[in-house]
Amino acid sequence: MKQNTKRKKSADLKTLKRILKLIGPYRRYLAAAVVGALLNVVLALAIPVLVGRAVDHIVGPGEVDFTGMVPILAVLAAAVAGSALFGWLMTLATNTITYRAVRDLRRNLFEKLQQLPLATIDASSHGDFVSRMVNDVDQVSTGLLQGFSQLFTGVITILGTLVFMFSLHFGIALVVVVLTPLSLFVSAFIARHIQAMFVKQAKVQGDLTGYLNEMTASQKIVKAFGYEARAEQEFDEINRDLYHWGVRAQFYSALTNPVTRFINGVVYAAVGLTGALTVIGGGLTVGGLASFLSYANQYTKPFNEISGVVAQFQAALAGAARIFTVLDEAEQTPEPADVQELQQCEGRVQMEQVAFSYTPDRPLIRDLNVEAAPGTHIALVGPTGCGKTTLINLLMRFYDVNEGTIKVDDHPIRSLTRSSLRGSFGMVLQDTWLFSGTVRENITYGRPGASEGELIAAAKAAHAHSFIKRLPQGYDTPVGEGGGNLSQGQRQLLCIARIMLTSPPMLILDEATSSIDTRTESKIQRAFDEMMAGRTSFVVAHRLSTIRNADCILVMDAGRIVERGTHDELLAKGGFYAKLYNSQFAPTH
Amino acid sequence: MRKLARYLKEYRLQCTIGPAAKLLEAVFELLVPLVMAKIIDVGIAAGDRGYVVKMSLLLVGLGVTGLASALLCQYSASRASQGFGTTLRRELYHHINTLSHAEIDRLGASGMLTRMTSDINQLQLAVAMLIRLVVRAPFLVIGSTILAIGIDPMLSLIFLAAAPVIALLLYLIMSRSIPYFKTIQKKLDRISLVTSENLEGVRVIRAFSNQDTERRRFAQANEEYRDVSMRVGQISALLNPLTFVVANAAILAIVWFGGMQVDAGRLTQGEVVALVSYMNQILLALIVVANLVVIFTRAAASASRVNEIFDLVPSVQESTAQPPHPVPGPWVEFKDVRFSYTGEGADALHGLSFIAAPGETVGVIGGTGSGKSTLVSLIPRFYDVSGGCVRVAGTDVRDWPLEALRHNIGIVPQRAVLFTGTLRDNLRWGNADADDDALWRALQTAQAADFVRGLQGGLDAEILQGGGNLSGGQRQRLTIARALVGRPAVLILDDSASALDFATDAALRRALRNDTAEATVFLVSQRVNTVRGADKIIVLDDGAVAGIGTHAALMESCETYREICLSQWSKEEAGQA
Repeated sequence: MKQNTKRKKSADLKTLKRILKLIGPYRRYLAAAVVGALLNVVLALAIPVLVGRAVDHIVGPGEVDFTGMVPILAVLAAAVAGSALFGWLMTLATNTITYRAVRDLRRNLFEKLQQLPLATIDASSHGDFVSRMVNDVDQVSTGLLQGFSQLFTGVITILGTLVFMFSLHFGIALVVVVLTPLSLFVSAFIARHIQAMFVKQAKVQGDLTGYLNEMTASQKIVKAFGYEARAEQEFDEINRDLYHWGVRAQFYSALTNPVTRFINGVVYAAVGLTGALTVIGGGLTVGGLASFLSYANQYTKPFNEISGVVAQFQAALAGAARIFTVLDEAEQTPEPADVQELQQCEGRVQMEQVAFSYTPDRPLIRDLNVEAAPGTHIALVGPTGCGKTTLINLLMRFYDVNEGTIKVDDHPIRSLTRSSLRGSFGMVLQDTWLFSGTVRENITYGRPGASEGELIAAAKAAHAHSFIKRLPQGYDTPVGEGGGNLSQGQRQLLCIARIMLTSPPMLILDEATSSIDTRTESKIQRAFDEMMAGRTSFVVAHRLSTIRNADCILVMDAGRIVERGTHDELLAKGGFYAKLYNSQFAPTH
Repeated sequence: MRKLARYLKEYRLQCTIGPAAKLLEAVFELLVPLVMAKIIDVGIAAGDRGYVVKMSLLLVGLGVTGLASALLCQYSASRASQGFGTTLRRELYHHINTLSHAEIDRLGASGMLTRMTSDINQLQLAVAMLIRLVVRAPFLVIGSTILAIGIDPMLSLIFLAAAPVIALLLYLIMSRSIPYFKTIQKKLDRISLVTSENLEGVRVIRAFSNQDTERRRFAQANEEYRDVSMRVGQISALLNPLTFVVANAAILAIVWFGGMQVDAGRLTQGEVVALVSYMNQILLALIVVANLVVIFTRAAASASRVNEIFDLVPSVQESTAQPPHPVPGPWVEFKDVRFSYTGEGADALHGLSFIAAPGETVGVIGGTGSGKSTLVSLIPRFYDVSGGCVRVAGTDVRDWPLEALRHNIGIVPQRAVLFTGTLRDNLRWGNADADDDALWRALQTAQAADFVRGLQGGLDAEILQGGGNLSGGQRQRLTIARALVGRPAVLILDDSASALDFATDAALRRALRNDTAEATVFLVSQRVNTVRGADKIIVLDDGAVAGIGTHAALMESCETYREICLSQWSKEEAGQA
């Protein structure tokens, strides 16, 4: 147990060090913030003393020393102005540090995303990454950096208050110090309870969000099955749980203020009592008592704030740790020093003795040999999960092979720059990807400099021009988040237009036309055929009709190529392919 | 906001006790400086130690009662705010469940989710703050001022001048910074959007080696966020120093003019100290008010978003009639059906008439956007027709109670979605009381029994969110089984076999034909071979019927159908057919 806390402490310390490193470039602002905080607090603490001294010049009727008051009030005014000014400067400095550090942290995270291997991205939850980018970074910014300044001003305030009080009167100050552990104890007690309740509340809140997330995403299925009443019943159970813990969490967190106010009140009364008695005994002036009372009024507040800051601090450390985990992920293999650009690609592709698996204990592809001469059309066929898409992942070097080599134009692809290798393939996938920009921006994504004529020609070849024309703003229509306002088929047409515009030397089509109706598809196929004349292509399709004209069909099953040949050859052979093909046209009666 | 107040009704008691208790605490708090003034003016002046002790005990007593009333208030606030949120969540979820497809389309899943979670949380917080602080802060400001007037009407002019100046400062700074909060949220949304896009589209981005473009896009969003945050930061950084200066200027004035009053014998030293305390109290209370303004501004925005949902009236209105008795004849009948999603735009379907008898299989085929899915979604009345009518068992669907109608219909949606829970839980969606035998029968028909037997736990196997631990084809077969469990009279498969390989697809169709002999089955597909064996094929083109008939008849008479077939078959096969 002890070992554990120790280990956790040292991990926290490491995280803290990295955060400090992050704000390193802004250490001048940090220094400014520290100096600002110091002056702000010290000047603010001087105010009650000055007010007290001024009050001492007001004794009673006819006994007011106005000339003595003037210099005190002048100093008071200067202290107020100074404290305000430095407080303002401190806030500006911490703001600057915070927002710049946050920007840097987000930039680092995004840069990391660009360097992560596909394997890591595929295996991680996207929502989780986004949450790190947004929520965790926010947590770090508020908790750590602003908390830092609060912690700092809090500590200075407590120390400063003690110094001022002891300089005013030792005995009364001692009374306050003796009462201090009381407030520390109470705030620690409350903090512990709040923490426990919040953990429970957060868990139930998470359950509720998860449940709703799942249900609302499929609200239409809920309706189709008449599941509404049952869903509401299940929801009610979680909702009631949330109420139970919510009331407790809310109550405990709301305890802090009244309880500290009460302790403040006790300290205030104690100061009032001892102070008044001391004044009667002649050990203190009334003005001195007034200053004491002001201090007593604000003395416990920093304790309260500091305990809040500690909680924030922990949350920030947790958030930072989650961010650093991502930043520490292994990056994709760096390109070797003698890396080459693939130029004027002819389109010869060889895969020699390739073996690959996503997880070491489940081998997927073994002994794979493929040779594609320039200009040939290769079709990949096989049941779901046989490794067709994996093969494409390897060709594009989204994943690296475990064994064997893949060569393009006789260069092993590991010796080529990723960008030149990938640039020589045009790729259209079943999962269409459009980003939130206009139709035009999406089509020209691979070639931002394309002219209007080229753009329209590409759209026409993809049979997208006519529907784009009918969109409210034509080519300048914004495509919603994830292409929401377009049908799946239309989105696929835009992705095809995007490739038509780049005119790459080789082509990869992975179920590229699965959502397009077959008549349009056959027209697009003609456009593809024209475009691909004399270029190498790899095509994955469920529809056998789209692959019938391939030069070579690779029939895959369980990660191996079980048959290869042309359509007619394979049919004549009467093997796996023939079975697959005939099942398509098997009578249903 | 007012509309949502009705959900507080249950908590009327807490809403009264809470602020009242808080008021009591505030009163006691205001008494403290007065007592202290007495200690100074009476106790110290007369050197009466007993009086000092007595008054100090009174201070502690005030503290204790203050604490007790504060705790009562906090407890009431917690109960009322959480209860309000719980009721609101329940009612909102209930309302969402009454909405029909048209409204669901408009809201979107994320729209519903954020309203149910973060917006309601925001409102909950506002209710708690309302009970806890709305009475207290203004009361302290006004009470301090009134007590100041009681002590010295002349000096209280300083209060009457300072409080409005601070309030004005608050107003100016808040009114300038609040609009930025929305902008900040938008910029943050943008950061999250670009990040998600880069995760989803990582293959495309890397295929085009467009990482630099993406870096620029992200950097822009990131810098904009920083700029706006800084701008707000600069504005709100002024708040504390300025109010601090005004309040302390007032204190300075109190000391100076208080000195004059004391000199003239109209005021005591202790009363000057009390006035200084009151000024400090006003400063603190007004800072609380500033925070309240922020919370309520956000809550008002959330309230209007929540009300947006409450204001939606389901476009499909439930019939109150008894479930009709099926009359012999066609189970499903479309008569001159016209439908458009928006009401004004082009029709998604028009001039559609056909009948389907029990035991009949109806194929629906057509290009992308030809209206296939729209057609089948009219049968369970997900949408209301714009013209004509849809009858099920001889009764217009608008005269059916929705639950009874949909109970008769089994649907396999395009997207194969399963839910977190066991496989059994998932299959029982169609019929909560189905026993294991019924489930296995359905799995058998859906060609899923074999792989389910192979799953660890069989029917008790856990399904992860969205069915992530199953392949696309397996998910699809399970959704088919789910629809079969209810033994529906009408079964709709909306392009639900797209992820199946051809052999499984064919076996599935054979099994469906044998096991659902009395049901009317609708097969929506783009594959000719899926619909080819149907008793009746409806060919759609741009929302209109291009032909209805058997495969052979359509090959003869329907040009569109022939084109679809030719695009999928080789010449020889088309010739043979």
